[in-house]
Parts: sequence; structure tokens; C-alpha cells
Amino acid sequence: MVFKKSAVIDWSTRYEQLINSTENKVLKNFYSSAFNQPLAAIKDVPFVAMDFETTGLNSKNDDIVSVGLVPFNFQRIYCKHSRHWVVQPRRNLHEESIVIHGITHSEVDDAPDFNRIIEPLLQALSGKVVVVHYAAIERQFLNNALLLRLKEGIEFALVDTMDIERKALEARQGLLGKLFNTNLGSLRLTHCRERYSLPAYKNHNALTDALATAELLQAQLSHHYKLETPISELWE
Amino acid sequence: MQAEQVEIAQFLAQHPPFDDLPNKALNELAQQVEVTYFRAQTEILHFGKDIADLYVVRSGSVEMYRRNGELYNRLSVGGIFGQMGLLMNRKVRFPATALEDSLVYCINVELFNRYCDEFDAFADYFETDGNVRLHQAIVEQADSNDLTTAKVKSLIHRDVVTVNTTSTIQDIAKLMTEEAVSSVLVTDINKPINDDPEEDDGQVVGIITDRDLRSKVVAQGLAFDTQAQDIMSTNLVLLDANSYVFEAVLAMLRDNLHHLPVVQKRRPIGVISLSDILRYESQSSLLLVRGILAQQSIEDLAHYARQLPNVFVRMVNEDANSHMIGTAMAVIGRTFKQRLLGLAEDKFGPAPVPYCFIALGSMARDEQLIVTDQDNALILDDSYDDEKHNEYFQNISDFVCDGLAQCGYTYCDGEIMASFKKWRKTRSEWFDQFAGWMAQPKPQALLNSSIFFDLDGVWGKTKWADELKIFIAKQSKINRLFLANMASNARNRTPPLGFFKGFVMEHNGQHKHSMNLKRRGTAPLSDVIRVHALAVGSRKQNSFERLEDIIEANLLPEGKAQDLRDALEYIAMMRIRHQAWQIEKGEEPDNNLDPRQLSPFEQRNLKEAFAILEKAQSYLKFSYSANSGVK
Repeated sequence: MVFKKSAVIDWSTRYEQLINSTENKVLKNFYSSAFNQPLAAIKDVPFVAMDFETTGLNSKNDDIVSVGLVPFNFQRIYCKHSRHWVVQPRRNLHEESIVIHGITHSEVDDAPDFNRIIEPLLQALSGKVVVVHYAAIERQFLNNALLLRLKEGIEFALVDTMDIERKALEARQGLLGKLFNTNLGSLRLTHCRERYSLPAYKNHNALTDALATAELLQAQLSHHYKLETPISELWE
Repeated sequence: MQAEQVEIAQFLAQHPPFDDLPNKALNELAQQVEVTYFRAQTEILHFGKDIADLYVVRSGSVEMYRRNGELYNRLSVGGIFGQMGLLMNRKVRFPATALEDSLVYCINVELFNRYCDEFDAFADYFETDGNVRLHQAIVEQADSNDLTTAKVKSLIHRDVVTVNTTSTIQDIAKLMTEEAVSSVLVTDINKPINDDPEEDDGQVVGIITDRDLRSKVVAQGLAFDTQAQDIMSTNLVLLDANSYVFEAVLAMLRDNLHHLPVVQKRRPIGVISLSDILRYESQSSLLLVRGILAQQSIEDLAHYARQLPNVFVRMVNEDANSHMIGTAMAVIGRTFKQRLLGLAEDKFGPAPVPYCFIALGSMARDEQLIVTDQDNALILDDSYDDEKHNEYFQNISDFVCDGLAQCGYTYCDGEIMASFKKWRKTRSEWFDQFAGWMAQPKPQALLNSSIFFDLDGVWGKTKWADELKIFIAKQSKINRLFLANMASNARNRTPPLGFFKGFVMEHNGQHKHSMNLKRRGTAPLSDVIRVHALAVGSRKQNSFERLEDIIEANLLPEGKAQDLRDALEYIAMMRIRHQAWQIEKGEEPDNNLDPRQLSPFEQRNLKEAFAILEKAQSYLKFSYSANSGVK
């Protein structure tokens, strides 16, 4: 399937610029070890699915509560290397998000500050292409969290399974569908997974959602892409 | 620290063999799992390739094939594959393809081996030594249901009779008469069978039949010392033991032959005749019943009864369910009794007072199989006079019970047979007996008498048996203490669930490796069903029919009666197939099944069936306690 290309960032060049411009050692290391082969076939790319649970949707006012990471590639998802952190948000937990994440105040009270996980988190991401469902959240929240603590934000290439799904649905919808503005279909993670007969998950914590996102990308890749497709067609 | 994979752990906890793992081990496993997605119709495992994981279907479905492309198994959510390859030589044995879009969990072989070492139940699930064999046996049985798939060796029922090329035709005629055969094979001592140095009479070179003696010897006035080689037919069509029955039919039609020698590696093992094939075709239970009634002596009946195992195997091969097989075997058993009673009355004269011969237990329930003992009794007319009539009824009872024993229905261990005087009672005595059992129940007394609550009239005044059934149905319903006692007895024989957990450990004792499917399966299930049937006043005797009454009466929670039916059918069929398999292998059929002969799939089903029994037994405990209501 061929999708309309979105505005493509030349991540290869961008990482070179970032290595030179950053003052921070941790970030310099992260950029130096970033996966930097835009022509690599998707079957050879190391991915890591990432999901945050947050106190709300606004990255300016809300903060990260937990982080889930699941490394994988086209062939396999490696649960044994997955990571899960609960961290102390600087803002108060909203009552509604407590319900969704199942994370309680007492758990958070015992958790470390995000400061403590910056290094292990960036280390786990290094050399891998980050995969998320809905790029804005993880990208903005991570950027703001680092801005707050390191006085410097972060940029990284990522693959957005929601974006892939939107393109796939648009391609299915066709020109006529667009003209008549037919319903595209839900882009929520659960609904996207249903389209590929992936199981419904009852638990929603950062780790399960990261696993769910990894499985979704595997399914999307095997349905919509050739094994030899270069990663530069997917990342943004 | 590793992150906890809640979703994966919860999924595994619902599926065997993972459901038996301790929590800690389960969580560790969930953390180690690798996940992979296969689009519909893509190959997952390729024959002969290396394999390093055990696979669990998380969503979708997967098909496994034999090397020749035949479908071997279709797996749905929770299904497991790849174990054969892991256990053999880490090469894929059964190629696998995703039938639908599927998500699959992979468990690394090192982890798999470690869990097999650490957890017996986990290892048992994958124990495969015998299961492939039994599985194949059952598949083979299921296939051999007609002329096109049955093999000729299944038609050979007696040893081959052979003569030498130099035997005289008079000796041959004598031998054929003695052996009661219509043909003999002629072997040539000068043509040895190379790979069979012992007992080598040589290869088959000819055949002599009744017709040859008539047309070639008598009609042409040949001397009685003419040698076999001078009259034998040499245009032989030899059948290999593994050829199919339909090939034999074709050969007979093509060459107008009525006898075909069957050889195994050139060694003669038998002759099949046109009548063998016709008999094979007509081996249905109904014909057998007609045949029973035509027999004129106990000896004839006993001889005729030898066909019974074949009929049984045939029915199993024809895919009959346990109810059909049980009914057929019970009808046959009843017919044997009726014929024996007919012969008894011929011998000892007509009965001095009317009577009814009743069958008890499994035969009354129409659940009789091939391995069964006789349980029976007599109802005598109230005009019975012990001094005048006892001898007559002792005589016919002995005659029938001895006759049944000769026909393969062994004597009852519990001495519940008409030949014991205490089980020959008048009608009034029987009513008193049942009333006593129900009004003043004593657990021990009931334990020995529960068999009487399955009864069926076989001969004579059978309506007396029906009257007793009605009486029991009315009385049992209102006698809570009686039901409570029956319920308590029905919980005595527990299902062998422990077997599935640790049977590897039990090495001492002869039958430690096997479980008795009757004593710990079908019998306690029938006990449980009997209690419910008595509680709703059912007059039915058969467990499946009793369950229909129980469902109609709405006695049990939704679905429970259906569960009992499924469990009974599964265990009964397991027992039936096991016995059919033993008969075909030439073994004495029994009820003892070694669960290691089962596939993991069958083990799982059997375990579930036993679990239903266990639940049903504990349900009895609180629903029929002596001081509570039925519902």
C-alpha cells in the first residue's frame, strides 16, 4: 500500500545538528547513539514501544506518572527487556486519571522523581526507533519533563501507530469517501487493535499499552508494508 | 527489575498447562514471553527448520499439518504447538500456518525445559510417549468403518490351516473336517521363506477347497492317495495382510475366486472367503440378536458370544456414541438372558408359579459395555411356596447364571445374582425390601443395594418390574433421608484428578500408572445422576434419559445437567475406545487407562470431565444433606 507522504524530517541531518548544539552530556550521548539509518528496511529496525500515563492531557500543566517500554522488532516482541517506572509528578493527581491508570496516591508518593529515571530511560531508548500511539503526548511530555529538569528539551524520530492507522483508513476510504466525508473509523488504540484481531486488554497501565502498541505496529507492518520498506517512510 | 506483564500472566493463568503453575512461576514466565503477529495465511513453522520456542496462540487460529499436507490439528486461543519439535530433535515436525490473523506467544526452549524439570504437571502435559500411538490408533479405528478402509487382516479370525504338496487328499479331507474349514493352503517345503527360518513350511504354492475335492477328486474318481500338488489350484491371488477389504472383493469378482490366501511377508496367515466378507458386512447387532435366539444350547450360545467383541469394535468404528453402544450391548445381553431362560424352561419344564427375571445395574441402565459382570434377581408370584418351588427356581437360576458366565458375563462379586436365594423374593417381599431401604436408610445397606435402583424386567412378568420402578420413583422423591444417604454414597468414589498432577511420582504397584475409568469415572457419574433422578421421581433407568428428566424438572442450576451429560459421554467413549483398541490388539479388554497414552488434548478433556464429576459430587453434599430440602 502506498500512502501519501507527510512532511518528512531528515532525521539523519537533524541528529548531527543536535549532537553539536546540545550542552548536556546525557542528551549528547542519546543523540550520538540514535538509530540513524533512514534507509534501513523495516524488518531490520530495532524498535521500542513507549507509553506514558500522565496526570492530564496538557503537557504544560500536567506531568508524567508512569513510563512503559517494550523493545521489539518486526519478528519478535521481547517482554523480558521491557521496563516500567512509576514516578512522582510535580502536579497533583487528578481524580479521573487515578481511575484510568489504577495508580494510587500512595504508590506515587513512594515513587522517585522523574529526574532519577532520565538516564535509564534514555539509555533504554538509545539506538532504537521509538513507537507510540499518538505522537503528540509522548513527544511533548518527554520534552517538557526534560526542559523542566535539564533546562533543555529533547527531539527524537518516532513512529506513530495512530498516524499509520489514519493513513491506512484514508487509503481504504478512497477519494469518493473523502468527498462525501464518510466516517473514517475510530483511531483509539483499542479500536485500531480490533481491526487486526488483536486481543482486547483489560489492564491499562503504561506497560500494557506499550505492549499493545508494539503488537499493533507488528500487525500494521505485516498488513500494509513490505519488509524492505525503508524506515524513513514511517518515522516522523 | 523486570516489569510485570499483567495481561500475559492473566491469559496464561486461564490455559493449561500454565494454569497449574504457581503464581510466581507464572509471572516469571509472562515476563519472559516473546510475542509475534502473523497475518492470516502466513507460514509460522516450516517443516524441518530449527525450532527454539514453544508456541501459544493468544488470538486468532493456527493450523498444523502433517508432512504430506494433511491437516493434523487446528488450534484456537490457548492452543499450544511446537512441543513435538522441541521434544524430538528441535526440528519442526508439524508445519504451522496462521489460519486467521494471529498473535502468538513464544516460550524459549531453555525456559520450557526448565519448567518441565521444575513442575511435574507442566511436564506431564507434554508427555508424549504413548499419546501419538493411541491417537493414531483412534484415528485408524475411526477410519476403518467400511469396506474401503478396513484391512483384510481384520477379517481373519482363525489360524491358517496348511498342508504339504505331498499330503494325500484323504488326509486333507480329514483335516478340513476336523478343523471345520472349507479350504487349506498348500505350502512347498522346497521354497523356504528367507526371512522366517523358524516354523518354515515354505511359501504358499496352491489352495485346495471343498469344491476342488468335489469337482476334481470325487467327480473324476481319483484315488484317495492322490497328492495335494496334483489337484491344487495354482492360479493364486495372494493378498497382503495390509490390503483393503475392497481389494479382496475386487479380486474375487475379477477372477471368480471364493477363497483368497492372506500372507504377511510371504508367510501365510489366513484365508478369507466370500462368506467372511458377507459376515463382515452383516455383523450388525440386530443380526447378532437374531443369531442368539437361534442357538440351541449353552455351548452354542457360548460359541456364538465370541462374536461379541467384534460387534463391539465394529460399532465403535462406525462412530456410534456411548448411548448407542451401551444400548446395543444391553440388548444383546438381555437377549442372551432371554435365550438362556427359554432353554432353562425347555430343560426344567414350565415355571410352577409366574415369575419375572430382572436385570440390575449397568444392563438395566443400558450402559453395558464389553467388560461386565452379571447382576440379576427374580421376582416371584406371591403364591410362591418355598418348600415346593425353591428347587425349580434354584435350577433355572443356576442354569442362567452359569450360562451367562460361559458367554463371558462374569459372576457378580457382590453375589447379586438370582442363583442366591436371598435375591429370589416374592412381589410383596420386594416391595417391603424397597420400602425398607427407603424408609429406614442405612448408608452401608444402601451402598450394597444402590444397584437395585437400576432395574429392568427381562423375562416373564416384566410388568412387575415396571410396578417396582413406579413405586421407587414415588417413594424416593419424598424420602429426604434416603436421598441424603444415597447422595452420601454417591460421593464415595472420587475422580482420579490427582493423577493429572503427579502420576509420574507413583511408580509402585501394578495399576498405579492407570486409572479405572469405570470405578472412578462412569460409575460415580451414574451414581450422581441416579440420586438426582430419584429426587425428581424419574422412572428412567438410562443415565442420559435420566438427565433429560432432571433437566425438565429444573432441578439443577442452569447448564449443570448438560455438563454431566458431556462428562459422562466423554469418559464413556474414552472407556469404549480403550476397550475396542485392546480387543483389536488381541488383549483382554479392561477399564484401566494409562493417561500417558492420551494426547495432551485428550488429557485436558478427560481432566475437565473428571472435574465436572468432582463438582457434581460436592454439589450433592449441600443439596441433599439430611436436614435440608431438595432444592
